Amino acid sequence: MLKKLAISAVAALALSGGAALAAGASGHVEDVDFSFEGPFGKFDQNQLQRGLKVYTEVCAACHGLKYVPLRTLADPGGPGFTEDQVRAYAADNFSVYDPEIDDDRAARPADHFPANNGVGAPDLSLVAKSRAGFHGPYGTGMNQLFKGMGGPEYIYSLLTGYTGEEKEEAGTVFYGNTAFPGGWISMAPPLADEQVEFDDGHDNSLHHMSQDVAAFLMWAAEPKMMARKQAGFVAVLFLVLLTSLLYLTNKRLWAPVKKGAKAA
Amino acid sequence: MAGIPHDHYEPKSGFEKWLHSRLPIAALAYDTIMIPTPKNLNWMWIWGIILTFCLALQIVTGVILVMHYTPHVDLAFASVEHIMRNVNGGHMIRYLHANGASLFFFAVYLHIFRGLYYGSYKAPREITWIIGMLIYLLMMGTAFMGYVLPWGQMSFWGATVITGLFGAIPFIGEPIQTWLLGGPAVDNATLNRFFSLHYLLPFVIAALVAVHIWAFHTTGNNNPTGVEVRRGSKEEAQKDTLPFWPYFVIKDLFALAVVLLVFFAIVGFMPNYLGHPDNYIEANPLATPAHIVPEWYFLPFYAILRAFTADVWVVMFASWITGGIVDAKFFGVLAMFGAIAVMALAPWLDTSRVRSGRYRPMFKWWFGLLAIDFVVLMWAGAMPAEGIYAMISLIGSAYWFAYFLVILPLLGVIEKPLPMPATIEDDFNAHYGKHGTPAE
Repeated sequence: MLKKLAISAVAALALSGGAALAAGASGHVEDVDFSFEGPFGKFDQNQLQRGLKVYTEVCAACHGLKYVPLRTLADPGGPGFTEDQVRAYAADNFSVYDPEIDDDRAARPADHFPANNGVGAPDLSLVAKSRAGFHGPYGTGMNQLFKGMGGPEYIYSLLTGYTGEEKEEAGTVFYGNTAFPGGWISMAPPLADEQVEFDDGHDNSLHHMSQDVAAFLMWAAEPKMMARKQAGFVAVLFLVLLTSLLYLTNKRLWAPVKKGAKAA
Repeated sequence: MAGIPHDHYEPKSGFEKWLHSRLPIAALAYDTIMIPTPKNLNWMWIWGIILTFCLALQIVTGVILVMHYTPHVDLAFASVEHIMRNVNGGHMIRYLHANGASLFFFAVYLHIFRGLYYGSYKAPREITWIIGMLIYLLMMGTAFMGYVLPWGQMSFWGATVITGLFGAIPFIGEPIQTWLLGGPAVDNATLNRFFSLHYLLPFVIAALVAVHIWAFHTTGNNNPTGVEVRRGSKEEAQKDTLPFWPYFVIKDLFALAVVLLVFFAIVGFMPNYLGHPDNYIEANPLATPAHIVPEWYFLPFYAILRAFTADVWVVMFASWITGGIVDAKFFGVLAMFGAIAVMALAPWLDTSRVRSGRYRPMFKWWFGLLAIDFVVLMWAGAMPAEGIYAMISLIGSAYWFAYFLVILPLLGVIEKPLPMPATIEDDFNAHYGKHGTPAE
């Protein structure tokens, strides 16, 4: 029995490892300890708010966030805005086209963050889930359980991975980057030390801001992460109880049958 | 073959008699749930229940997802995000459905390999086996089409690659491919028909599952010894069996709870572990992903598909003998479907009169190698098809075919089986009796 279980476990690992391995190699991705990793990890509300500020003041110039409704900024497990804050934030920062008045108007909580197709920069709504995740150890991908998907780490590594080199190809300037697959990216270094001021005077070095915006983009990609982990926790707890009860029921049910075998 | 003798349903009250003479549905339920089951079944006999649960889970979560999903190339991806962000509990339902497919295949592979080891496919259970293979084929079709629906990059390019296989059929391939896709390339028509079929096929599977269960309820379950239940009298049969309820229902429920414990931990804590990051990028016909990889459960057969390249001698030979009609691409397609076909033919390829691998000393090793081969092929399928990986895929594919076409027929002739217990009761008593040693 144990042997079989062990074999099944090894097989399961090997089976699932394939998918993880298949995700392929990319640039160098630094491991960062984010607060939301692991089964009990939680988003840091202040960090999400700082990340939102970095996104708004820097990233939003070129990148959209079109799948994220603005009202979700007030949802539980997120940046924790009040409804008034969301209303003010939406109106202050974004305007959207309204077909009813055939004109642009200030954004409201019911709108999404606008798409931004201006310079062909990718939408960031799901970027934290669509970039190569973690695949270790030995390509099994099991480290995702404790370290998360690796998407925010990729974002952090990209923002901090500029080498300072530049090259021009067919009229386009490329910038050397240690995290970007291939090593050259067409996005100019977007973020520099002390570029964004935080209201609470939090450290605004490149290193910290990159982590903040990476955390925010993880939330943008997976806004229900807290609810999901909580549901998972309740399910596991309930199943541990159910499993124990069924184990005892099964044992008791079969006891006379097995005893009969002993007598024979 | 006569069924195992057992007590049948007797209508007692007036209403029961009234109903029984019009629709014997209570009798059907009673006989199904009280079926005499070999009492020596081990833990590898739990996967049937797990699979039934998976089918129910997929249908229930799927029906809910359909209420919020939009099968249109411009809206599908956004509607999935709508489910993830706006629908109450939508993120859990979608993750259950996506990971449920993985659990389904994990269980079906263990179920199939159980059957292969204990000879469950042998007479008189060939029909059960064939129906099972049909279910497996439909599962693959359903899962493949389901993976297309979120309309991510892997959805689109996976669909392009796999439907391209049909284009490899000589002469009629291209018209067939166009007919399948509803156009020259994967587009809205493709998405719509895949959506329709993805909704339809699970119900066909459910019907086949009923036939599968009907078939083995007619022959009785196989068991780890492969020795048949004694059928001389009810008393004799009762020494070998226990009723399904409550003995096996409770045992199976316990196993299901253990499996669900792991399943819910994955869904709750790492739901994207088995998925591909690229599928969170909306489908773009103009940008091909660096690596197009199918879901993990297709990888062994994907490896076989890619193993037969134009420089392999069997491919060159096939090409020469057919005057070039069978090229490497078509050969690969034939090999992939052939790999499943030879497995389906196992009842007629296995010449051994002994059912269970437990009493087949040589078979054991070859079977173990087949299980390893399957895992190796899965790994090779995830690797780029070049260099050493191509070689490993080729060797792995060759062994897969050799096992079914050469080893199974030969072993039955040359192998000397070990002594078997006379009855299931003897096996059970040997296992749990005073001097018994666990017969694993």
